[in-house]
Amino acid sequence: MNEPIRFHFDVDGENFSSAGEASVTVKKRLRQLGYPPDVIRKVSVAMYEGEINMVIHAHGGEADIEVGKSEIVIILRDKGPGIANVDLAMQEGYSTARDNIRALGFGAGMGLPNMKKYTDSMHIDTEVGVGTTITMKVLL
Amino acid sequence: MKIREIKDLLQAEIVCGEDQLDREVISACCSDMMSDVLAYVKDQGVLLTGLVNAQTIRTAGMMDMVCIVFVRDKRPTDSMIELAQECGIVLMYTALRAYEASGRLYHAGLGRSTSHE
Repeated sequence: MNEPIRFHFDVDGENFSSAGEASVTVKKRLRQLGYPPDVIRKVSVAMYEGEINMVIHAHGGEADIEVGKSEIVIILRDKGPGIANVDLAMQEGYSTARDNIRALGFGAGMGLPNMKKYTDSMHIDTEVGVGTTITMKVLL
Repeated sequence: MKIREIKDLLQAEIVCGEDQLDREVISACCSDMMSDVLAYVKDQGVLLTGLVNAQTIRTAGMMDMVCIVFVRDKRPTDSMIELAQECGIVLMYTALRAYEASGRLYHAGLGRSTSHE
């Protein structure tokens, strides 16, 4: 394959129960394309945490996946509040999510650390009041 | 351990995935916090949880888990059952609390040889 395969999703920020649909779809497609299970898990978990974050914090956003020859790139863009202190947000256990989110099984301050853990590189471009773009790469 | 044995040990009722009770699992995880499941699960095939929403099913699916046990008699909704069927995940519920349900499975040998990080 020469041209990368691209997937684009709009992530609905209003509906918590649909959060993760895009990641489930990506997981299915990668499986159909025959990628190894560990690569599929890395990509889908990182994207899933990102999707949940966009729903919890940013009223949704967009997700783009590029499946290339040597890497899979996941780009998550939102126009949410931005991240005031990225170092703090990267600490396991630090969360600005409200208690109602914790009652739903998230908001434990593991989202961004998990995304970093499951990918080979992660870059956060964020501006308070403007939004956040997270670019993650999983090497093949 | 077969999923069927888990059902028997926990006196659980099967909600969906009746045809998959002979699948083998080697370990389990018990948590209501899905981010922890995403962070720490490796090859645990079973999730015991008191959390009942669509994210429970998606999280288990992401980690390639094959069975979810809802504790304290919690019942999944129709849309969760549909999602689980799409992902090929067995759903069951037990009247036991999470502590006792986990204890019974552990005592019966499920996941005892794996290291816990």
